[in-house]
Amino acid sequence: MVATPAHLRRSAIALGNDEVLRIRNDFPILQQHVNGKPLIYLDSGATSQNPLSVLEAEQEFYEQRNSAVHRGAHHLAVEATEAFENARETVADFVGAEWDELIWTSNATEGLNLLTYSFLNASLPGAAPEAARFALAPGDELVVTEMEHHANLIPWQELAARTGAVVKFIPIDDAGALDLEAAAGIIGPRTRVLAFTHASNVLGTINPVADLVALARSAGALVVLDACQSAPHLPLDVKALDVDFAVFSGHKMLAPTGIGALYGRSELLNAMPPFLTGGSMITTVTMERAGFLPSPQRFEAGTQRISQAVALAAAVNYLRETGMDRIHAWEAELGQRLVQGLESIPGIRVLGSAAGQERIGLAAFDVAGVHAHDVGQFLDSRGIAVRVGHHCAQPLHRRLGLTATTRASTYLYNTTDDVDAFLNAVADVRAYFHA
Amino acid sequence: MSLDQLYQQIILEHAKARHGSGLAAAAAPEDASSGQSHQLNPTCGDEITVRVSVARGKVSELRWDGDGCSISMASASVLTDLAEGMSVGELRTVIDSFREVLRSRGKVPADPEVLGDAAAFEGVSRYAARVKCAMLSWVAAEDALGQALAA
Repeated sequence: MVATPAHLRRSAIALGNDEVLRIRNDFPILQQHVNGKPLIYLDSGATSQNPLSVLEAEQEFYEQRNSAVHRGAHHLAVEATEAFENARETVADFVGAEWDELIWTSNATEGLNLLTYSFLNASLPGAAPEAARFALAPGDELVVTEMEHHANLIPWQELAARTGAVVKFIPIDDAGALDLEAAAGIIGPRTRVLAFTHASNVLGTINPVADLVALARSAGALVVLDACQSAPHLPLDVKALDVDFAVFSGHKMLAPTGIGALYGRSELLNAMPPFLTGGSMITTVTMERAGFLPSPQRFEAGTQRISQAVALAAAVNYLRETGMDRIHAWEAELGQRLVQGLESIPGIRVLGSAAGQERIGLAAFDVAGVHAHDVGQFLDSRGIAVRVGHHCAQPLHRRLGLTATTRASTYLYNTTDDVDAFLNAVADVRAYFHA
Repeated sequence: MSLDQLYQQIILEHAKARHGSGLAAAAAPEDASSGQSHQLNPTCGDEITVRVSVARGKVSELRWDGDGCSISMASASVLTDLAEGMSVGELRTVIDSFREVLRSRGKVPADPEVLGDAAAFEGVSRYAARVKCAMLSWVAAEDALGQALAA
């Protein structure tokens, strides 16, 4: 076992291998063999696997309660609405939000697009007076970071292109940490939005949310947190972090694809123009105009992803019962084991901080003389699933002088044996490719 | 299928040798008509630029610059060896044949008589995610050839 540095030691007792082996039994997909080897799944940063309780929750919904929600007076409609809204409460509570501050989306990408399209609508002629606080004018600044996933970059670029606003970014240093000194100079009176990732999907860094929020607050800017890699892996409290908005994806936290959420402070959500309009989000409709419901229904036009929301609540319950602090502590150990192991293999360059520094349970790396695609193919032949490519972070890779890397990302169902098997395989890669 | 069937030795060797690499360092031949094409694989960021020069109905030179996996680099190297000296019609035939094999999901065997060393990429057709890697330089060459003839 790799010793955890003192400053990373948590009061929580991390999961251990025995417990993880029991957890694995809840995940049918992890029982299979790939290329004749037991599957070692190290791609949870891209998408996670579903425990039986999640799969059963979705099936139970379709077998017992399936119906449209928020309409109809029949028994099933009431049951479905209750399941749907209970799910909302469960997921909202999981991230420290009130139920009416949690909007269902397809995923985090849609949540961010909901925000940027709403702000665009606020910037157009004819927007409601209460939307003025979101309206952007030429020269306004939208600040992101150099480590963002494309999902938290391109929507802001598009919003800027349509409003005359400008996208600025906080640079990173060679070790992948945000340059907070530079941030203090970049975030200023023209800054309207500061959008940044809580934990990097490539570097594994956990960003200093409090410092960034303080800078944004002093500039009067809204704060948007990409919680895709934090909500699944560490205790998250959006109120304690004091962010205005946060997004996350269900499929990265044991739920099916097609469901995610946007958190927003209630007073902001109720002043924002809708993004999608149509059924279920209105008060009175005439042939000329419509009134809109308050949040969350204000942003949930059309029939919603009901079974997926129910399944996400089941996933959240699974995570809670296991303990987010314990999951976080275990994955921090796995992350250290990954980095220490990778650093000891000749020709491997780990992106981000060195061993001993805080990181979530993932590591992206470059193998000298071997392209990431070839590394991934080699690992696959040993039953090991990893992500290869730019991980939807081209600017970050360019900053680090790379085009593609390999990433191993862990979750609560990974053991130290998984990490060791992965490290042993990586150690053989360069010889195979004559590098 | 085993890893060694995908990564045949000839592929691993060409991935290192990179015949024809060095487009930027060499000007296009003056006695030929040249076309150039840049292709990108957005899923992995692999990219390649291929220049094809045609003189008197034959491919007089093929040069490329690229960054990518062993499959894409080896494929460009093998293509260079094959294409130089071929007639325009022969190159088109060999590109069509390569594409048919690569897109067949293992159903169309490679004919070494037509494809030469490029027959070694037959195994790639069983790996859907890698077909684009192998095709990248060939698609670029096809486009560059069209431009050379139109010039």
